[in-house]
Amino acid sequence: MKKLIITSENVKFLQKINELADQDITLCEQCGTCSASCPMVAEMDITPSQLMRMVQLGLKEVMETKAMWVCASCYTCTVRCPRGLDVAKVAEALRQVYLRKALDYIEIKKIPKYEFVSLPQIAIVSACRKFTG
Amino acid sequence: MRIAYYPGCTLKTTAKNFETSAIAIAQQLGVEFVELPRWTCCGTVFSLTSDDLIHHVAPIRNLIRVQEMVKRKQVDDEKRILTLCSMCFNTLKRSNLRVKENIEDLKKINNLMYLEEDYCAEIEVIHLLQLLKEIGFDKIKAKVKNPLNNLKVAPYYGCMILRPLEVGIDDPEDPTIQRDLLEALGAEVIDNPYKKVCCGSYQTVNNKEKVAELAFDILTHAQREGAEAITTCCPLCSFNLDFRQKEVLKKHPDFKQIPVFYITQLIAVAFGLDNKTLGFDQNYVDPKLLLKNKGLIK
Amino acid sequence: MEEKNNIMERIAEANRPVTTGVDEKDIKDWVTIYIMGKGYRVPADLTILTAIEYAGYRLLRSVGCRQGHCGACATVFRRAGEYKLQADLACQTRVEDGMYLVQIPFSPAEKAIYDISKEPYDASVFMKYYPEVARCVSCNTCTKSCPQDLEVMDYVQAAIRGDFELVADNSFDCIQCGLCAIRCPAEIVQYHVAQLGRRMYGRYGLSMPEHLKKRVEEIEQGKFKEAMDNITSKSREELEKMYAERQREPD
Repeated sequence: MKKLIITSENVKFLQKINELADQDITLCEQCGTCSASCPMVAEMDITPSQLMRMVQLGLKEVMETKAMWVCASCYTCTVRCPRGLDVAKVAEALRQVYLRKALDYIEIKKIPKYEFVSLPQIAIVSACRKFTG
Repeated sequence: MRIAYYPGCTLKTTAKNFETSAIAIAQQLGVEFVELPRWTCCGTVFSLTSDDLIHHVAPIRNLIRVQEMVKRKQVDDEKRILTLCSMCFNTLKRSNLRVKENIEDLKKINNLMYLEEDYCAEIEVIHLLQLLKEIGFDKIKAKVKNPLNNLKVAPYYGCMILRPLEVGIDDPEDPTIQRDLLEALGAEVIDNPYKKVCCGSYQTVNNKEKVAELAFDILTHAQREGAEAITTCCPLCSFNLDFRQKEVLKKHPDFKQIPVFYITQLIAVAFGLDNKTLGFDQNYVDPKLLLKNKGLIK
Repeated sequence: MEEKNNIMERIAEANRPVTTGVDEKDIKDWVTIYIMGKGYRVPADLTILTAIEYAGYRLLRSVGCRQGHCGACATVFRRAGEYKLQADLACQTRVEDGMYLVQIPFSPAEKAIYDISKEPYDASVFMKYYPEVARCVSCNTCTKSCPQDLEVMDYVQAAIRGDFELVADNSFDCIQCGLCAIRCPAEIVQYHVAQLGRRMYGRYGLSMPEHLKKRVEEIEQGKFKEAMDNITSKSREELEKMYAERQREPD
């Protein structure tokens, strides 16, 4: 087992996400309800509760994971968290940390043209909001 | 009664049948939808970060349009705006709540939109299902000419009218509003726990295989309980459950397609309204055969 | 060659600032403007465009018809004591004392390639070629920056929901100066979107007018062949002479 040393950098990262998400992420007690409730968890590399833990510890490596991008913002975790935490907001904060550097997670110009024939606007607008910076 | 109505982009295109059927049934119930002038896309997903206000500008701009309509006496309901699309409902309602609870945010947004009149934060955002419940399922039942007898329908709610709690219109774990409505129409309701499981939402743009997998779970669960049809009130749920059946079939060739209705389409059928208002040509899985077999349409 | 110079000079002559030929001592009202941060004293009745030239700049880009039609001379400026960033056409805007300004000669943007005859008349065409319209946040910055006073945000919104008629009507007077696109926080290129909308509406939303139908038939039957052949067979010099001597409305 590797020993983790929490530095001021880690604390700063946690504080930043706390502020963006308007949450006190340290309240998470790792019960796993969010992970068990998540409809997208099978697609994720880390579960929502692991994501919460990584943010708690201020591990910036969480930015390299896929979980926040797989989140569909369904708010099931939000309504079920026994600590009243909004995991969806934490995922959004992480996405925003990335997107605010003018980066895109998906390239909307590269979506095959034929897809647009059937896709409803709400899907495209949402994808732009969630995945483009 | 005239009420301000926010359609949203999708109601004008891929979910036109949701709009036409809703307008038609509302007319039967004495409600006239007055479309907002110069409405803009709500943004479809509520922006969740604490410091981001720009994405609440669009919802608030639309609520200013409602204020203008009230002033011009274009509506009778002076406090409310009606939505049909669950995503619009969620986004407009949450942005509205945010500025109602944060006067500073409201000031900043009003300031940014200095060419518009100030938003006074007095409008309330409601969903069609709430309006129907308010009108009364008894009154709806009285309008039924064509009861949906023997039609086994599984209501599907999706996320945006249930969660989070402050915007939900029903119990997020066990919603019943569609059940009560469908029972009033004479349908046999197949309630199942998948009614509130997310369909994958906007991941349909990026990961349609996963969305098809979720749709498969939701649909086959309902089918196992005996459902012959699904109802929704969200154009994105409808797309994922209906149109994505094409993708479901690719992966599960044994899957039996199942029609997905907008709840308003089934109300219109029960009210005996004509085919034009039903708009079944926009449904991906053709529901006409099922309805014919049940003697519900000619 | 001499004749060509002559024509260019005549065009330049027609476009000289009103102060040309006036003794500076006779000009009463002066203002100070800041072009890219550097201050210049210029006569107060100049447009931004003529003031820039008065200050000694020779514009190769950022200048065009000088009549407010072509959209080449987009400019952004701030008035003294104001925080608002204004946008307008340099040839149509009078200088004001204390104004900070710069020309925006071009708005970098890729135009989608499409064959209008192969596109179904369907809302999806906008997202298909310009999916970034879905990023609109309704901030209204485009409308505020439009020198033509178009309701730009409204037509972008109309594009999202596929209302071709509204896109076409609201954007009809667009001169493609690019100021909306430069200022858009969602990085939409509004004027390209509008052009797609107008083309679609023109082809599918409107019926072919009778007079146009008749004229196309006449062209196909060769009514104008002789006149066209006459022009295309001329030398460059002859064409320039024709241009200079053409019938035109008095200035």
